[in-house]
Amino acid sequence: MKRFIIAILACLPALGFAAGGNNPHVVHADIDLHDQASLQRGARAFMANCMGCHSTQYQRYERVADDLGFTLDEMNALIHTDTKVGELMVSAMPQEQAAKWFGAPPPDLTLVARVRGSDWLYSYLTAFYVDQSRPFGVNNLVFPAVGMPHVLEGLQGRPVLQEDGSIVATGGSLTDEEYRQFALDMTNFLTYSAEPVKLKRQAMGKWVLGFLFIFLILSYLLKREYWRDVH
Amino acid sequence: MKKVIDWIDERIPMTATYNKHVGQYPTPKNFNFWYFFGSLALLVLVNQILTGIWLTMNYVPSAEGAFASVEYIMRDVEYGWLLRYMHSTGASAFFVVIYLHMFRGVLYGSYQKPRELLWIFGMLIFLVLMAEAFMGYLLPWGQMSYWGAQVIISLFGAIPVIGDDLTLWIRGDYVVSGATLNRFFALHVIALPLVLVVLVFLHIIALHEVGSNNPDGIEIKKNKGPDGWPVDGIPFHPYYTVKDIFGTAAFLIVFCYVLFFMPEGGGYFLEPPNFEAANPLKTPEHIAPVWYFTPFYAILRAVPDKLFGVIGMGAAIVVLFFLPWLDRCKVKSVRYRSLVHKLNIAQFVVCFVALGVLGALPAGPVETNLARLFSLGYFGFFVLLFVYSKNEKCKPVPERVTG
Repeated sequence: MKRFIIAILACLPALGFAAGGNNPHVVHADIDLHDQASLQRGARAFMANCMGCHSTQYQRYERVADDLGFTLDEMNALIHTDTKVGELMVSAMPQEQAAKWFGAPPPDLTLVARVRGSDWLYSYLTAFYVDQSRPFGVNNLVFPAVGMPHVLEGLQGRPVLQEDGSIVATGGSLTDEEYRQFALDMTNFLTYSAEPVKLKRQAMGKWVLGFLFIFLILSYLLKREYWRDVH
Repeated sequence: MKKVIDWIDERIPMTATYNKHVGQYPTPKNFNFWYFFGSLALLVLVNQILTGIWLTMNYVPSAEGAFASVEYIMRDVEYGWLLRYMHSTGASAFFVVIYLHMFRGVLYGSYQKPRELLWIFGMLIFLVLMAEAFMGYLLPWGQMSYWGAQVIISLFGAIPVIGDDLTLWIRGDYVVSGATLNRFFALHVIALPLVLVVLVFLHIIALHEVGSNNPDGIEIKKNKGPDGWPVDGIPFHPYYTVKDIFGTAAFLIVFCYVLFFMPEGGGYFLEPPNFEAANPLKTPEHIAPVWYFTPFYAILRAVPDKLFGVIGMGAAIVVLFFLPWLDRCKVKSVRYRSLVHKLNIAQFVVCFVALGVLGALPAGPVETNLARLFSLGYFGFFVLLFVYSKNEKCKPVPERVTG
């Protein structure tokens, strides 16, 4: 019988799920959801650079402020429209027109980190390169034939794909290292946004498991006591 | 207190029912690990019903509102995320527990006479559970919800003559749409749970009528003491209630570990594409059913013809109903059966697990051929069982339960 169990367990690692395919350009994003400064920078960067087109329409500004340690006044200052802080984070861009401009409406990004994975997201932000054959003059290594212009070019600079497959950007307002940190912060924020409750559930989980282990021991002792007279 | 109980007992057989099913239900004293999963299945059922009721309070069953309402539950409803993860993890846990529970029946011949009806009720529960899970998976209205439902419903189209009309009737539309979502919601939250609860009730009544089997596969009722109580039996309460509390604690540790630390279950309990709202115009690269359907899905894909594939998949489930009559051996437990039978069960497990893995992968030529091989092994189990069980050389079965 134990053979069966071992055989079944042995099959489990083979099931590693390949979310988003096995793109060789996807690199590890070293993010930390506990790093509130990084999350705050990511939120500011997202609202300044992305929210013109993209929404995180399942999330509320107020929730972000509470979770990331912004005061409501700080959050209000970050909102560029007349939206109230208790409302959902919807981009001001009209969806029908956006669809006309880009071929498809810019996708909502609330859950993008859970669909694509944080590593993919970080890699995507750092994998734009100049490609004149594309409508917006740029392409992306992890998202071939991408339909989005490289809106961060002013920060990163003009990214040129090198012979060895690396990307070198020049003329941006950020250094290469600063841009990578910027992309990391943004990834961190979007990872938070995909599941705002993650840290809370993990913290709660430790208490629940702790309780259950004690309960397991007590229930075992109780069982042993009752079963003393069964032979 | 005594007076109150007497008052009730004169009007409804409360004490008698309690004694028949719990307090004085004779249970074999040699239950092992495999016997935890029946009570755990009941626990998960209760979990699904309770969390389901609370999820229903905030879920919006419409194509426009479903996806957003799930995220509303995850973000804005107090502990909504906990309810949702309990429900989604519970769905997978249900199948883990049920598969192990069914496998226990195979190991110890629990389907054999006189427990055929008990087994059939169990199989009906399994069938309804699959329908329940399938319909529930559409409700979050994510990409995999949508396209998974599209693929599975279109299978009915393979049936000759009535196929197309049948799929139209099931969907209530020409494609999976809000109409489909609404009816699946109704079936998922009312119709099927009711059927499930009735079947579970019948399953337990049938069990308590014939009595529990045990790892030795012998009838404890055949060996009664002078007081009429089976010598190898112990009352269900308190012995197995305390033992099941221990089993529950162990189960909850695993369950809560998944719930709190990996609710996506490695992309198998909650699939990554399902975090994207359903889009009828955008087909995902790879449509995989949830893990608990993958063994049957692999059988479906292993057959080149669509109609025969559907028949093969259906037969893989239907054949289980006939297990009590396919096994013609009089010895129940694997402990006292032939080496051939042990090997047959072993290969069956390997095939089932392998089909499960293959069903989750995209089907290339290698995978398809492997799926054919393992499908052969799956059905071979039943054919071989029928052949060798007639004159199987078994070990002597003991008079009393062991260990």
